[in-house]
Amino acid sequence: MKNNRSENYSRIKGWGVDADPENDPTYPMKLYSGDDHQRFNWKRPPQQPETVEVLHSNERPRVSAVFGTSIPPSGLSGVIRRQAFKYSESRFGHWLPLLLADRVNVVEGFFDDLRRGHIPNIFAEKGWKAAWKHNRKGVLMRLAVGTVLAAGTVALLLARKAKGRA
Amino acid sequence: MLAMNYRGPRRVRVDHKPYPEILHPNDAIVRVTRSCICGSDLHLYHGMVPDTRVGTTFGHEFIGIVEETGPSVQNLKKGDHVIVPFNIACGTCAFCKQELYGNCHESNPEATAVGGIFGYSHTAGGYDGGQAEYVRVPYADVGPTVIPEDMDPDDAVMLTDVAPTGYQAAEMGGIRIGDTVVVFGAGPVGIMAARCAWLFGAGRVIVIDHIEYRLEFARHYAPCEAYNFRSLEDPVLFLKKETGWLGADVCIDAVGADAAGSALHTITGKKLMLQAGSAIALHWAINSVKKGGIVSVVGVYGPTGNLVPIGNVVNKGITMRANQASVKRLLPRLIKHVEDGYIDPKALITHRMPLAEAADAYHIFSSKLDNCIKTVLIP
Repeated sequence: MKNNRSENYSRIKGWGVDADPENDPTYPMKLYSGDDHQRFNWKRPPQQPETVEVLHSNERPRVSAVFGTSIPPSGLSGVIRRQAFKYSESRFGHWLPLLLADRVNVVEGFFDDLRRGHIPNIFAEKGWKAAWKHNRKGVLMRLAVGTVLAAGTVALLLARKAKGRA
Repeated sequence: MLAMNYRGPRRVRVDHKPYPEILHPNDAIVRVTRSCICGSDLHLYHGMVPDTRVGTTFGHEFIGIVEETGPSVQNLKKGDHVIVPFNIACGTCAFCKQELYGNCHESNPEATAVGGIFGYSHTAGGYDGGQAEYVRVPYADVGPTVIPEDMDPDDAVMLTDVAPTGYQAAEMGGIRIGDTVVVFGAGPVGIMAARCAWLFGAGRVIVIDHIEYRLEFARHYAPCEAYNFRSLEDPVLFLKKETGWLGADVCIDAVGADAAGSALHTITGKKLMLQAGSAIALHWAINSVKKGGIVSVVGVYGPTGNLVPIGNVVNKGITMRANQASVKRLLPRLIKHVEDGYIDPKALITHRMPLAEAADAYHIFSSKLDNCIKTVLIP
């Protein structure tokens, strides 16, 4: 289909139904109430009990009234996360360690799987079944590149070893 | 119960997890009937969002049937089939009172810059998401809305995020009658934003992307003009020429951190993580809008920082408006728009897959295989 710059846009179903020329310069994103002038003094909802460790931003005085309890911090990644939360959200010292912790957590997750007797099927987890069905050429290309790189690395190592002996 | 389980960048599977519990008097437990994979889930899937812990269940776009309610829940009852907005909102804090339901201050302890979001890392509250058989829904009296009897559940699930986010993108653009609106990104949200731009009286709508099948979809669905930036030497120059050399009245960034189109942004933002994802779509939006124009941002970025031409924002006098969609605020209007036939959210759904095949579904969506626009997982 080619691009047609239609001048009959007003025929498009619903054209202009939400236009409001009186509302200038633009549409309100918030219904101003002035409540934010009361700062952090609204009537808070009941507090969810902290049954697991919850890290909270140091830009707020306490945890929010509700929070998620999935995956409390643990292991080495947990140590890194606790350290990260000593810095405000404005600091790279907060966010970059969290990204590092995420990567450490991937390794922890792998060993946790093994500890539970589960050998992760990386190919299935990466959705290679779908890739094989819809992008076979791409999969074969990746396999070929991987094989060439692996073969090259092995050849290089063998050559160095042989050179060392000589 | 079965639930999607994040194992690391580009690795997910479906495992058995414990049934969720009521942890707060205003909680509900919802049995999920449909759950989408969102474009912003791909930022998590690609490992770009800090504090995404292994074992987390993603999914912030879901509908389901109320199975259990906490003692203080009054507005929902067991058996109700509900739309659950992706933002978790208390309804009582200063921000919720101003209808900024995407900015609630009582739903996310881990970060003050973002409210709680289902299944969107601990940076968004550490909640398990709806790509599961069951999910805990906090503040059940506030967000969840009963699906109207005659509404198709496929439309309903698209009202949890895609339609409100696309609509709010157009709304924040402050579109005037006859305006030229450029939308960067032909994903589901971008396509919806293009469609909604007409509702505000746009005179011309242009979508920019590089995935040909999505551009073709946008041309039919929105309907609008759609251009592949790979075939344009310089999309900004192209748009200047197309708009009488002044620039568009409104530009919308509906891409966010995973944008393609710049080697510099891809390497520094997506590979080396030196910035919070690639911001090339926002860069183009700022440079393509007219002086005094409006840039509306709904694309999701990480919390650190990005390379964008902020000097041009100053020099051109651009107004930038951005937010997570305030789903609860928009739901009544959008339900009516679906009923009136002004928007057809379910038409964006191209793939319906069992929850058990989540790994394949993520791969198809992420790699844009099989002409995928939007995937729904059925538990």
